Amino acid sequence: MTDLTAQEIGCPSGLAPPTRTSHRIDFSAFVREKGGVRKLDLSVRGAKCGGCISKIEKTVRDISGVTSARVNLSTGQLAVIGDQELSANAIAEVVSNLGYGVTAQSTDESETLQRVEERKLLIAMGVAGFAAANIMLLSVSVWGGAAEMGEQTRQVFHTISGLIAFPVVIFSGRHFFSSAWSALRHRSVNMDVPISLAIWLAFGVSVWETLIGGEHAYFDACVMLLFFLLIGRFLDARLRRRAFAAAHQLAALRNRTVNKISPEGVEAVQTSDVSPGDRILIAPGEQVVIDFKVISGGSDVDESLVTGESLPRFAEAGATVYSGSVNLGDALEGVALSAASDSLLADIATLLDTGEQRRSTYRKIADKAVSLYVPFVHTTAFLAFLGWLIVGAGVREAILVAAATLIITCPCALALAAPVAQMVAAGRLFRSGTYLKSGDALERLATVDHIVFDKTGTLTFGQPKLQSDVEADIHLSSAAKLARASRHPLSRAIVQAAGPGPVVQNVQEFPGKGLVATIDGIEHRLGSADWIGENTDTEYKGPTLWYRRGDEKPVNLKFEDAIQDDAPSVIDALKENEFELEILSGDRSPAVASMAAKLGIEHWMGEASPQDKARKLEDLATEGKKVLMIGDGLNDAAALSLAHASLAPGGAIDVSQASADAVFSGGLTNIPKILGIARSARQTMLQNFGLAAGYNLIAVPIAVTGNVTPLIAAIAMSASSLIVTLNALRMRSTGG
Amino acid sequence: MQIIAYLIPVALALGALGLIAFIWSVKSGQYDDPDGAAHRILLDNDDDRPLP
Repeated sequence: MTDLTAQEIGCPSGLAPPTRTSHRIDFSAFVREKGGVRKLDLSVRGAKCGGCISKIEKTVRDISGVTSARVNLSTGQLAVIGDQELSANAIAEVVSNLGYGVTAQSTDESETLQRVEERKLLIAMGVAGFAAANIMLLSVSVWGGAAEMGEQTRQVFHTISGLIAFPVVIFSGRHFFSSAWSALRHRSVNMDVPISLAIWLAFGVSVWETLIGGEHAYFDACVMLLFFLLIGRFLDARLRRRAFAAAHQLAALRNRTVNKISPEGVEAVQTSDVSPGDRILIAPGEQVVIDFKVISGGSDVDESLVTGESLPRFAEAGATVYSGSVNLGDALEGVALSAASDSLLADIATLLDTGEQRRSTYRKIADKAVSLYVPFVHTTAFLAFLGWLIVGAGVREAILVAAATLIITCPCALALAAPVAQMVAAGRLFRSGTYLKSGDALERLATVDHIVFDKTGTLTFGQPKLQSDVEADIHLSSAAKLARASRHPLSRAIVQAAGPGPVVQNVQEFPGKGLVATIDGIEHRLGSADWIGENTDTEYKGPTLWYRRGDEKPVNLKFEDAIQDDAPSVIDALKENEFELEILSGDRSPAVASMAAKLGIEHWMGEASPQDKARKLEDLATEGKKVLMIGDGLNDAAALSLAHASLAPGGAIDVSQASADAVFSGGLTNIPKILGIARSARQTMLQNFGLAAGYNLIAVPIAVTGNVTPLIAAIAMSASSLIVTLNALRMRSTGG
Repeated sequence: MQIIAYLIPVALALGALGLIAFIWSVKSGQYDDPDGAAHRILLDNDDDRPLP
């Protein structure tokens, strides 16, 4: 069914690197069933083009039990519908084999709610647009026919305008009113307060003017204001939903079963049903979800997710294994040390929550602009009202002037300035393979001055690579014959260096020691120094293996976690831009030190636990540094969410992707580019606020002196909105 | 001038028709995946199965 060669794995356009789902999750819990129809929503990572759509949909439809499958490219979701035969795990496996990362979509309703909200905004925008167009039709006739039109005709036109505007203001404006009301109830002011006030004042004045047969009605300004504001709101909502719907993936990681050993035998139970002291069995390939102590068995355990250490550790009786690790070798039996809610995974989840909360208190540039803007406009309008009263104008005239001031200074441009600039920047980032999570992430990315890198998987490939030397090269092909039988990362590194070839029969693997096989009566051994029977000490600090044929001199094979090819140039470029750089890794200190020396980074810290990383990030924040954290592992997730801004590479685990501000693919070279785009977006936003302020400087005197007619209000409002939009779009054409 | 008594309602009705069509298109999910729609047009596997 899925017989693909390496080139066909992942996105055919090359926009995203192929990803694999490394940990096994039981997807069947995420199937929803209703009246015999089964539905499953998965989020698929790495799907970027039309080829991905057809590849995934075609393959999934061929699975028995599936009636339809549809990929949503904008949100990266796969919706599958099927009958009783539908098997969630089979689907997930097939998609994963195609080269895409798969995660269960949380059964949580928040994603659906967000979609409903976005649709509501779009409909509200459509309704406001319809009303604005039709009222403008009537208004233009009133303005154009001012000299000839009779008073009665004008009043009829105003009445019709009012009848259209009233339901529309209530329907389309409810988003602003409810938000303004809740802000006022909490004794604060947001942008929606002046907006609501301006809309209702304009509407009220217009109704009054219509009733007494006055000359000016502002119904068109009212709905046009709503229309422009809703465009900004909609763009903002769309950008937020585009972000990964992956916020609940840590929960999905914990939502799995554990093999519990009871007197009756082994049974799979829910993670929450395991209490400290219970005996559990960890099958080969299983990911550990509960911290436990090994009591029997011995196996290599991949802890890269937890510690960042790229090499597996051999765990035998007495060793403690933390949740998040993956069992690479034989089955392990152990005693649970804690309940799932006290495990390392749960600790990281708590740290993540703290980070999210911290981040939500970030004040956006737009919010700051509003806090300056609101008192200014309201005071001006009030002073205008008082001033006109004092110079002897009637109350009606004074109110008209005040209303006109509020309408013409209404923050249309302000409300559009940020979302449009962010939308354009997000589009540019998307084309270069970067997914942005939220608009304010851009602002935070633009202001960073200190960059913290994780080592394994971020600066390096995260996999050991065989160092080539003369001796090793000669014996490589024979060592590879043994190595091909093993799943150990070092064995795989040998195989990768040697390329395809034969595998020896009857290779025996001894976890933590090595491999042995007999070829033509001669014993071949591959493994640790002890295993070879040689107590040779080498000066080499990194991981090594020994290979020995019969009684010949043993050969030393050295490995290193190779630095990504583009890392040195990227580091140099960042240094040139005067960023302070730092490495924070869970790997052994000597490895981190040599890497830091190679790249010329002065500050580094090795053997850092997830908590250490989080603490370091907090320290840097208290020093007043604006830190950008770049990391990929579970051990980075907390640090990513605590940092001022954060990035995760496309190969990062789901939790890290979810806690980062943006996910990039295409290697480290993208980092300077992302920072560049973020800075230009911030600059455009500031320019836009400058333009909006400049517009107000011109508009306010006209309004205060009582010279604003509905025609002037309409022109000024559309002109200011157009200018900020065009200024943002300019970013699109300058550079790619 | 009596003609506007017909023309205005006609104009509004036509506009409303467009608005209803727009609301229908939003509700039937046609704006949920703009990126996908842009790519799907290039795929030539004809498929007459209903949308999920």
